[in-house]
Amino acid sequence: MSLADASAAARARIFATLGKSLSAGRLAAATDGATADPAAADARIAARPRGIRPARVDRDPAGLIALFVEQAVAVQATVARLAKPDAVPQAVADYLAEHNQPARLRCAPQRWLTGLDWAATALEVSQGPAAADDTASLTGAVVGVAETGTLMLASGPAGPTTLNFLPDTHIVALRAEQVVASYEDGWDRIRAAGPMPRTVNMITGPSRTGDIEQVIQLGAHGPRRLHILLIGEAAAGSAR
Amino acid sequence: MQPTSLAFKETARRALDDAQLQRALLNMKPGFQQRRAGTVAKLPEFDALRDQARAIKNHTLANLDHYLTRFEAQVQAAGGHVHWAATAQEATDIVVALCRAAGARTVTKGKSMVAEEIALNDALQAAGFHPLETDLGEYIIQLRDECPSHIIAPALHLTRQQITRTFQEAHTHLPADRPLDEPRQLTDEARAVLRDGFLGADVGITGANFLVAETGSTVIVTNEGNGDLTQTLPKTHIVVSSIEKVVPTLEDTTTILRLLARSATGQEFSAYTTFSTGPRRADDPDGPEAFHVVLVDNGRAALLATEAAEALRCIRCGACMNHCPVYGAVGGHAYGWVVPGPIGAALDPGLIGVETARHLPNASTFCGRCESVCPMRIPLTTIMRHWRTQEHARKLSPGRIRWGLGVWAYVAARPRLYRLCTRLGVAAMAWVGRRRGHLRRWPGAEGWTRYRDLPAPQGGTFVDRWQRGERGAPARETGR
Ligand code: SF4
Repeated sequence: MSLADASAAARARIFATLGKSLSAGRLAAATDGATADPAAADARIAARPRGIRPARVDRDPAGLIALFVEQAVAVQATVARLAKPDAVPQAVADYLAEHNQPARLRCAPQRWLTGLDWAATALEVSQGPAAADDTASLTGAVVGVAETGTLMLASGPAGPTTLNFLPDTHIVALRAEQVVASYEDGWDRIRAAGPMPRTVNMITGPSRTGDIEQVIQLGAHGPRRLHILLIGEAAAGSAR
Repeated sequence: MQPTSLAFKETARRALDDAQLQRALLNMKPGFQQRRAGTVAKLPEFDALRDQARAIKNHTLANLDHYLTRFEAQVQAAGGHVHWAATAQEATDIVVALCRAAGARTVTKGKSMVAEEIALNDALQAAGFHPLETDLGEYIIQLRDECPSHIIAPALHLTRQQITRTFQEAHTHLPADRPLDEPRQLTDEARAVLRDGFLGADVGITGANFLVAETGSTVIVTNEGNGDLTQTLPKTHIVVSSIEKVVPTLEDTTTILRLLARSATGQEFSAYTTFSTGPRRADDPDGPEAFHVVLVDNGRAALLATEAAEALRCIRCGACMNHCPVYGAVGGHAYGWVVPGPIGAALDPGLIGVETARHLPNASTFCGRCESVCPMRIPLTTIMRHWRTQEHARKLSPGRIRWGLGVWAYVAARPRLYRLCTRLGVAAMAWVGRRRGHLRRWPGAEGWTRYRDLPAPQGGTFVDRWQRGERGAPARETGR
């Protein structure tokens, strides 16, 4: 039997069992009356109701930025505030020097980053996906989520996923207006940009493990350092 | 994986005598319990989120066929392939065939409980592939040829000294006298060794914490980043997931994600939560060229018709075992199957049979701590009680126990007889223990008296004292 035939046969068997189990009604008794209702299921996917939004994000834009920074730092990311994108090259050069890292940078192919005046620094800058010997990367992000200091990054021509994981140092440039309250706001922006990308990474601090005696170690397999360059100030606005 | 749950009593006894294991288990309290408590305290909405998550999963399970169909269609629309497996054997056959078709040699793996369940590594090895576990804990136990003892911390049962020895024996290409005692050094060594594995792999296999019906996305939640390197670098990405992982929308996933890391490790959010939808797009600079999802039933569809159906809400956070006094005493291996602890006791009899797993639902004091922390509000003790009833009804428990329960039921249903028996029993025990205040032995209570004394009863039976109007503790006891 071919792979496809075997799979189709298994599918038929699974759905037959599912049909029997679901119509037995036992589940409804066990789960407070949740019942099979395809129309409700379709409606849920269409309406995408949001769950509870933690009250901690009920703040104005400046408050959200403060929360984002606080939360990112709490998970061992570092944050530098910059006034303008022009300051990015020097900030990257300084950061790498400070951490004794090679003066080399792999940059995501995004014009607003690659077009900066890198020549003013001593950095050797290239763009594209990461290779094994790339030591530091610079990427953008879709949003920074204030709730937990989480970055949401989407793959695409301007966002190679390898940049987020292979280099020892991952630097993310984020504009102040990209800081949002919660993950759901990030989903809205990703949906607005087009079809779901191959990869969406939610990144909260650098890589870590607690697998050896529950002692937390940074830099398990992914980046040892996550540095966020937060550019600009919050737009004046009222609490949301 | 071949279950050894039937030997629970022996394996548990051995675990209690294992000094290394007992030392390793001590890390659980400061590690998992305190971190969870601290993080939950910072989110006042936590309990309300639990209610929402429970409702989301109940609704999804009640419409599982519908949501699975939708998920399948969305994966295909994104350019991926969906394969169905009713049994473990079918699942491993599919993965092996996909690896063959990809011309693979080395296969990297992210942590996946269902892969353990279907014994995927054994199947891959038998077919001539080299599966490489990349989660640090999984890598350690793969080197030691063990199975995981915890669903989120597979090497929880090991001390750093044991891991040092394992690495010294396995990594013979490194200088024998290198310093290798600290977790930092061990982590760095594993990082360096596994990097080559990531870069050379032809196929990457991950599990899934969620399947999103709305988008056809599979979701993994990790801290190390190994799952991401596993699924981004090779040409082929295979996801192995059980069918109950599906949730309706990205928003629903997000609601449950707010509970997962907090319950599991006490983090507010895990370092990496990754949504994968189809293979790389035409203009993507990296990512896998092929994307396969293998959906495994292996008994779950049938479980939906039983009293254990609610166990299918489980998101495998591990909180129930982290807070279980029995798990804390014997560790995960004693349970003898992939999922240990309270959720194992609730789930395993349904998946591997009451006959094989019948000891597990009995390995509980019914203290209820598991339920009090379960983010999905699974009635774990109720489900365990259901399996105990099944064990009794099918006459799987020893004759002595069934006979004893029969006698007790007869007596307990006759109040006068009950009072007479308890009065006699209490008087006899009080007389035997009159000098020491405790009993060293008592017929039928050997399980207790082998390890500790049994306090002698004081002042008659409860019913008698209640009828005499006694409401407080006896003077002798309060005096101590
Ligand atoms: S039963 Fe509940 S607490 Fe235990 S692993 Fe599953 S979701 Fe977590």
